[in-house]
Amino acid sequence: MKSLKELEEIRLKTLESLNLRKDRKGNRIVVGMATCGIAAGARPVLLGFMTEIKKRNIQDTIVSQTGCIGVCRLEPMVEVYKPGEEKVTYVKVTPEMVGRIVAEHVVNNQPVVEYTIGYSEKRNK
Amino acid sequence: MKEISLHILDIAQNSISANSRNIEIHIIEVDKDNLLEVTIMDDGKGIAPELLHKISDPFITTRITRRVGLGISMYKAGIELCNGSFCITSEVGKGTCVIAKYPLLHIDRPPLGNISETILTLVVCNPDINFKYYHKVNKNYFLFDTKEIKKK
Repeated sequence: MKSLKELEEIRLKTLESLNLRKDRKGNRIVVGMATCGIAAGARPVLLGFMTEIKKRNIQDTIVSQTGCIGVCRLEPMVEVYKPGEEKVTYVKVTPEMVGRIVAEHVVNNQPVVEYTIGYSEKRNK
Repeated sequence: MKEISLHILDIAQNSISANSRNIEIHIIEVDKDNLLEVTIMDDGKGIAPELLHKISDPFITTRITRRVGLGISMYKAGIELCNGSFCITSEVGKGTCVIAKYPLLHIDRPPLGNISETILTLVVCNPDINFKYYHKVNKNYFLFDTKEIKKK
C-alpha cells in the first residue's frame, strides 16, 4: 500500500510525459479501447506501451485510448501518429510486439511493416 | 471476456463517454453470503427511460458507426450464465449505476482478474475524471480515491 509521499514521487517523475497531453507536437500512440479492443486484449497492450515509453525515457510521446476504430476483427489495434508523417495502423497487437514498435518505429522512425494493417490485409487475401 | 475486470473497464468507458466527472467502482466480496458484487456508478448525462428499458439489447446502441453495442449485453449475459443478477438504473442529467451480483463460488463465474490494471488504465488515460475504487473483502477494505491524490 503506497503512502501519499511515494505516490507524489511517482507523480513528479511522470509529470513530464503526462503533460504532453496538451502538446500537439509530439508522437501519439492511440490504442483502441472499445468493447472489441478490450475483449481482444488491448488493456495489456496499452499498459505495455506506457511501460516501454517510461523505461526508455522517451520524451514527446503520449499514449492514449480511443473507441472502436471500425475493423473489430483486427483488434487490438494501435495507431501511431508522428508529426509530419502519415499515421501507421498496427493490427492484432500483442504485448510482445510493443517492444519492436517502440524501438523501431517510435524511436528509429521505421514502421514495423509486418505488423501493419496493409501487410495483414495483403497476406490474408 | 475472460475477466470481470475487463467488463469493468468496458462499462467505465461508457461512463466516460457520458461526460462523467466522477466514476466510482465498488467491489464487495462476502464469503458467508456467497456474494461478489460489482457496482459502477457515474454522474454522467444518464440514460432516458425508453432507452434504459431496452439497453441490454445488443442492437441498441448510441454508437453511430454501427448498429451493435455489445458492452452491456455481454456483461449481462456473462452474469446470468453463472446465475447472477444484473441491474442498471439511470436518471437523465444525474448519472447511471450498474450493479452486478455474482455467486462467488459458482463454477461459471469468471475471475475478477487484474483489477489494478483496469483501474490504472482508467486513471492514467482520463486525468480529468475523478475515480474512486473501493474494494471490500469480508471485513477488510481498500480505498483508492484520485481526489485524495490530486489534492496534493
